[in-house]
Amino acid sequence: MFWQLFYTYLKIGTFTLGGGYAMLPLIQREVVDRKGWIDEEEFLNMIALAQAAPGLIAVNSAIFIGWRVGGWKGVAGAVLGAVLPSFIIILAIAMVFREWKELPAVEAVFKGIRPAVVALIAAPLFKMAKSAKMGWITALIPITAATLIWLCHVNPVWVILATIILTILACFIYNSLYRSSK
Amino acid sequence: MLYLQLFISFFKIGLFGFGGGLAILSLIQMEVENHGWMSQQEFVDIVAVSQVTPGPIGINCATYVGYTTAGIWGSILATTAIILPSLVIMLSICKAYFWLSKRFQGNMYYEQTLRMLRFTVIGLIASAALMLIKPTNFIDTASWIIFALVAFFTILPQLSKNKVTEIISHPILLIVLAGIAGYVIYA
Repeated sequence: MFWQLFYTYLKIGTFTLGGGYAMLPLIQREVVDRKGWIDEEEFLNMIALAQAAPGLIAVNSAIFIGWRVGGWKGVAGAVLGAVLPSFIIILAIAMVFREWKELPAVEAVFKGIRPAVVALIAAPLFKMAKSAKMGWITALIPITAATLIWLCHVNPVWVILATIILTILACFIYNSLYRSSK
Repeated sequence: MLYLQLFISFFKIGLFGFGGGLAILSLIQMEVENHGWMSQQEFVDIVAVSQVTPGPIGINCATYVGYTTAGIWGSILATTAIILPSLVIMLSICKAYFWLSKRFQGNMYYEQTLRMLRFTVIGLIASAALMLIKPTNFIDTASWIIFALVAFFTILPQLSKNKVTEIISHPILLIVLAGIAGYVIYA
């Protein structure tokens, strides 16, 4: 089971460019359609959990499927398979990157790429706002969060913790008011 | 000491990184900046490399920062540290899967927290982009033209969805094109 999961995730990890979300359709094809390790419904539940839990979505899904399919050995195989390709490739790049960057041609290429990367980070925001059904009032949350981090240099960790605590507090107050009015 | 700092930083990133790839960027950015492990410019470059190489951005950044600050062992340590919270949390979720799905589905606290986190994560990603808008990354007018074009092509499939806009909006293609543009303009 270790090797089967390792091999499957190695394949998924090697051939998905662009991170976690890009991996999901491939995982579905391998794990649900081809191997039949888990069914469609459980796969969808898995995605919901992998997104709700902190951490990398690709790794979270590997842990879940590894556990379901092969217990501890399955987890070890799936996680190693998911992580190793990017680990090895980036390690190889890291070894030469600072030297290569001294080359004028490489620096010129990166001068063109840098603004593109900023655009690639910023552009999906509209789609995300739409799919999160963001209104004028809820828009205050991301605006506050971004301002705190960007201008006040607040660590994002505090912003996330504050979101969790404030939401629970608001729910608690809402609940007790609702009950007392009854 | 450096190993310990690396471990704590990436453990924190793994523990608080809600919402996947892009959302994790602002956490990584804050950590590497506070510790002076990487310049803003190098950070953008690594995000670019991550976009055109396989695997999750979080792993790519952990491996890179780990190696450049503390060698091979540093890269192994940072990568392990970013995975560790996932392991603990996801395995607990797996073990309590049926119990959890009964108790949490429709639970107001749980669902509202997830909903609010989605909004916060949008702010996190926005802050990552805002922090990168600096003269080191935007050196002249050409930079802004590249920025506008890439943003336009990325949003394009939402305005009209078809095969052509789908292909043009692919991040890898856009990065390669921006790289070619950079070479033509600056070399």
